Amino acid sequence: MASDAKKVVLDPLFDNNPIALQVLGICSALAVTSKLSTALIMCVALTAVTACSNASISMIRNHVPTNIRIIVQMTIIASLVIVVDQVLKAYAFQTSKELSVFVGLIITNCIVLGRAEAFAMKNPVGASFLDGIGNGLGYSIILIAVGTVRELFGSGTILGYVILPLESNGGWYVPNGMMLLPPSAFFIIGLLIWGLRTWKTAQMEKPEYQIHQVHRTEVM
Amino acid sequence: MLKKLLTMKNDSTQKTLIVALLLCLVCSIIVSASAVGLKPIQEKNKTADIKKNILDVAGLLNDYTDIDAEFENIEARIIDIDSGDYTNEVDVQVYNQRKAAKDPAMSQRLNADSDLAKIKRRANFATVYFVKEQQQTRLIILPVHGYGLWSTMYGFIALEPDANTIYSLKFYEHGETPGLGGEIDNPDWRELWQGKKIVDEDNNLKLEVVRGKADPGSTNLPYQIDGLAGATLTSKGVSNLMQYWLGQNGFGPFLNKLKKENS
Repeated sequence: MASDAKKVVLDPLFDNNPIALQVLGICSALAVTSKLSTALIMCVALTAVTACSNASISMIRNHVPTNIRIIVQMTIIASLVIVVDQVLKAYAFQTSKELSVFVGLIITNCIVLGRAEAFAMKNPVGASFLDGIGNGLGYSIILIAVGTVRELFGSGTILGYVILPLESNGGWYVPNGMMLLPPSAFFIIGLLIWGLRTWKTAQMEKPEYQIHQVHRTEVM
Repeated sequence: MLKKLLTMKNDSTQKTLIVALLLCLVCSIIVSASAVGLKPIQEKNKTADIKKNILDVAGLLNDYTDIDAEFENIEARIIDIDSGDYTNEVDVQVYNQRKAAKDPAMSQRLNADSDLAKIKRRANFATVYFVKEQQQTRLIILPVHGYGLWSTMYGFIALEPDANTIYSLKFYEHGETPGLGGEIDNPDWRELWQGKKIVDEDNNLKLEVVRGKADPGSTNLPYQIDGLAGATLTSKGVSNLMQYWLGQNGFGPFLNKLKKENS
């Protein structure tokens, strides 16, 4: 059981990462990573929502009528997201202002519903909770990586501390403006996926389509 | 009863209805409990945030500022924007200009020609703040907002007692591109505003944000602020919203009255 729990938590970090392998939850990974601090709060919020929704859905999994199960899951997720949003507004006011709609958009994050449907509906409460934590951490690890790169090269800081003094403030670093725009996260995530798949070759996908090599004599 | 529910077939219509109903009930209780329970803290955050921004634009904010104590020196008044007169029609403690701008009874639609700031509707009343020092007004703080490139930018502008010299400017809410338009938060750029004049001797509104650097040889230099590099549209937005709010459709009448009182 102990090793099972460990596997459930650690698997989504690299072996079955929700962003890098399943390519879920990309939208918010682009939107909230221009600064590391907002990315961190988003990670905590998403992990909390995934873990709690998994646990509560697992709790009632044997009594959910199949034809309304997605609605049931969405209702639970939506309620938890509102609670998280309210808590952030009360205790992390500045960051919640910067995150604005993206906390609310956790509802539409495929990771949460994906784990509810794929794991929590079939597994006991404890394991589901851990699975939620694990997938939240898998999401977090990518967000933190992207957030660090974007903040460092886009504004020369990490968590607001100056690492590369900007030219506009009398330093030497000319910031890369593109890092501050959402598309840059696409490139960084793409590079991360490339790196991960080079390291863990099992994640490489077979090409769906291959150009058929024709020998000259066959055409004749 | 509970036992009956637990043993009922999952897909029966009855159970579907009961589960849906119970779920909604439980979820709504959780949601409303958190919303109501946390409301006092959220409200406190909001008012503290507005006060903080006002103190910031007044140059009174540092890491150790006791916000409430410092705010004792600031007097808030409601003015009627059209006439520029003080009014008691709404309570200064609860008046919310942003909400009022959406209420047809409290606001007016702007026609396209005069709507420089692209805000479509403008509230009839505005809260202005006076920073006092030994009973004397040291700064006048006006709320301004307008559209930039992506977002409506909300800010405060602080004026010297002559009602024509800018002391400072601060946007407390905007969604401009970080690093480009977002540089309206940059202290170096905000510093450029200090000492700039709004109108010339003949009361023509001349304040503007220019593209690139303001020409140092120009006679208009006292009214011009350098634009932000790489953020032409945000700079233009700031320029437009200043011209709207400081012009005759905005705080112009109020500023004229202040000037008359001074002279």
